[in-house]
Amino acid sequence: MKITTKFWIGLIILIALTPLGLFLPEHFKSGAAWGEWENKAIQKLLGYIPKGLEKLSRLWNAPLPDYAFKGWEEKGLTHLSLAYIISAIFGIGITVLVIFLIGKVLVKKRD
Amino acid sequence: MHIPDGYLGPATCGFFYVAMLPIWTAASRIVKKTLSARQVPLLAIGAAFSFVIMMFNVPIPGGSTGHAVGGVLVAILLGPWAACIAITVALVIQALLFGDGGITAVGANCFNIAFVLPFVGYYIYKTISYNAPIDSNRRVIAAGIAGYVALNVAAAFTGVEFGMQPLLHKTASGQALYCPYGLKVALTAMVGEHLLIFGLIEAIVTALVIKYLQRQAPELL
Repeated sequence: MKITTKFWIGLIILIALTPLGLFLPEHFKSGAAWGEWENKAIQKLLGYIPKGLEKLSRLWNAPLPDYAFKGWEEKGLTHLSLAYIISAIFGIGITVLVIFLIGKVLVKKRD
Repeated sequence: MHIPDGYLGPATCGFFYVAMLPIWTAASRIVKKTLSARQVPLLAIGAAFSFVIMMFNVPIPGGSTGHAVGGVLVAILLGPWAACIAITVALVIQALLFGDGGITAVGANCFNIAFVLPFVGYYIYKTISYNAPIDSNRRVIAAGIAGYVALNVAAAFTGVEFGMQPLLHKTASGQALYCPYGLKVALTAMVGEHLLIFGLIEAIVTALVIKYLQRQAPELL
């Protein structure tokens, strides 16, 4: 088997395992990454939300915030895991597509 | 390590967009010269790998979470400039589609994760593995050290960027406008947790894949 084929298979396995990235933090009661808190959490930490932060944090509404579907936040880990895997497939699919496009533009065929 | 919108003030955001422009330009020029059409699938795999590794949030029990980047591996296999492009694409898509990392912070995040990280990792690997035979253990160790140090240096840059905000922006009453934590807190938190846990993950991932490739595809090394 070609090594690239093995890499693609490895990637598919990794995508299937991504919900670990949700379950492990939940199990160990870990919160957000440092410096990536929700505004509510900042309010708790500081007693206020910095004005510039509040304004800029509303700047962009991502279609799949936190690799989940909007409105699914309260649905529990099983639903969130499904959304996480779908997000991984979708995000990685677009990433791969963009790299192939960049490759088309940048790299000349020499071999 | 993905700085969200709102944590960096406009000066910092602008500075890093401007800083990234020549880096992105150089990266495309160099990749155009050095990357063959045969390697494009590998570049896509590298970007995909980095994307998926960043989704594995690793907990610090009762504390925060973080993750590895996988970018040092991409740099070792394809060079730091190609890695810069691969990780940039992953970061931009994470920001646009998933809100992971801010739109205004794309420049800063790319500087830390797509520039500092692959370059530091690549040169540490090259230095330690200098003249080592393809199948030597020194390469595996070099890959591990490169992953560990590079992720920590990138985290340190991120910590400094967070920590500079209270110095740059404050309201008249002394409230923070953007990231509220100064250098000491931000740098200690960012570097501390990466030294403790996340750096080890980057080290293990990088070393294991290099070890695997020594047997399965030595031509890539």
